[in-house]
Amino acid sequence: MDILNINHLRKSFGDLEVIKDISITVKEGEVLSIIGPSGSGKSTVLRCATMLETMDGGDLVYLGEYAAKDENGVSVYADKANLQKAKSNFGLVFQNFNLFPHYSVLKNVMDAPVRVQKRSVEEAEKTARELLEQMGLADKADAYPHQLSGGQQQRVSIARALAMQPKILFFDEPTSALDPELTGEILKVIKELASQDMTMVIVTHEMSFARDVSDKIIFMDNGVIVEEGTPEEVFASENQRMKEFLRRFNG
Amino acid sequence: MSFGTMFLQMGAGMGKSLLIFALTLLFSMPLGMIVAFGRMSKNKIIQTAVKFYISVMRGTPLMLQLLVIFYGPYYLFGMNIGSRFAAVIVGFSLNYAAYFAEIYRSGIQSIPVGQYEAANVLGYSKTQTFMLIILPQVIKRILPAVTNEIITLVKDTSLAFAIAYQEMFTIGKQIAASQTSFLPFVIAGVFYYVMNLMVAFAMDKAEEKLSYYR
Repeated sequence: MDILNINHLRKSFGDLEVIKDISITVKEGEVLSIIGPSGSGKSTVLRCATMLETMDGGDLVYLGEYAAKDENGVSVYADKANLQKAKSNFGLVFQNFNLFPHYSVLKNVMDAPVRVQKRSVEEAEKTARELLEQMGLADKADAYPHQLSGGQQQRVSIARALAMQPKILFFDEPTSALDPELTGEILKVIKELASQDMTMVIVTHEMSFARDVSDKIIFMDNGVIVEEGTPEEVFASENQRMKEFLRRFNG
Repeated sequence: MSFGTMFLQMGAGMGKSLLIFALTLLFSMPLGMIVAFGRMSKNKIIQTAVKFYISVMRGTPLMLQLLVIFYGPYYLFGMNIGSRFAAVIVGFSLNYAAYFAEIYRSGIQSIPVGQYEAANVLGYSKTQTFMLIILPQVIKRILPAVTNEIITLVKDTSLAFAIAYQEMFTIGKQIAASQTSFLPFVIAGVFYYVMNLMVAFAMDKAEEKLSYYR
């Protein structure tokens, strides 16, 4: 079953066309990594998928339901209620965590389930504590974000996203703001989620990680998909731009 | 005139000074929030009108504004604003709302956009996002600036003498003139100083209370 379909996405900022006709399908349980040089538009794809940016053209479909539908080359968004419903399908983990600094770790994780999804406080707290346990942060429930390391903050933000029980989880360069020695702990968490068949889309610069964890990899450059396929296929690609990109990464 | 009599007469005015202070805060702080939203509005007409309002309020003396509000209607339309007190409260509230609005705006605009985005993705409504996520952080950030403004307000209440409203300083000046005594000014100075000590103490406590996060 398809969790996410993006069809013929186009997006410009002013005169600059950053995404030129991109289509992506993510099936249930699949892990898709999007790689590519800076400015290739990969984060913009994620921001369009999570509706932080509005698409200029193309469809955005979650579980068969249209959040945006292309009508004569223009994306027309669904009404507020349907958008809210579409939004409940996904979670997003930011590069800079974006935890709420005035909320404790526990409240960061359980507040949205209570206020947005109207779950009971008891149930939300139970789920939140389980997730923090899973993230190895059970003892940090009462701490505030500024008291945690970057890696710990990112794990809290993953727990916060998971607490909403999303069908699909997006990661926007989840390790880019972390010290090198802290990236490992985040990558480990994502691998664990993959082994639990969590559907995920990951924008990343961690090539070897993308290769290990992904079912499918998309290589983007200049707003188009240059190469896509299994990690084996993409990393063995004969495409000139792809090879050049990989060469720079492998030093 | 004995010190006791002097103090009693001025004491009656102190209540009125405090009332100006309290009512001005009560009206100008929420009004400032509305003005701040107008100032940040995407609607150019609203934004320009509010900008003009703020520039007039900040660019002319409060004393002059009080005179205009109290005497203006008489010279313009031949009608009298009966209440000096009402004119004082309206003048102070309009003036301070402009200053608070700019403080609020600086606070609101200093919150990283990521906070809005995180709340948006989690499904918080616009109102929830502002009230639960943004506003608490704004309050923490603007407290020092707000403290400054409140302290200025305590001292500014003396400007009500411009339209002869009988608050403490107005009475003090009258006594000083009629009794050729310096003492009323000493009493007034101590009053403002003690009042502001209390303001600073309370705001310090508030800042401390919000220091549990960064």
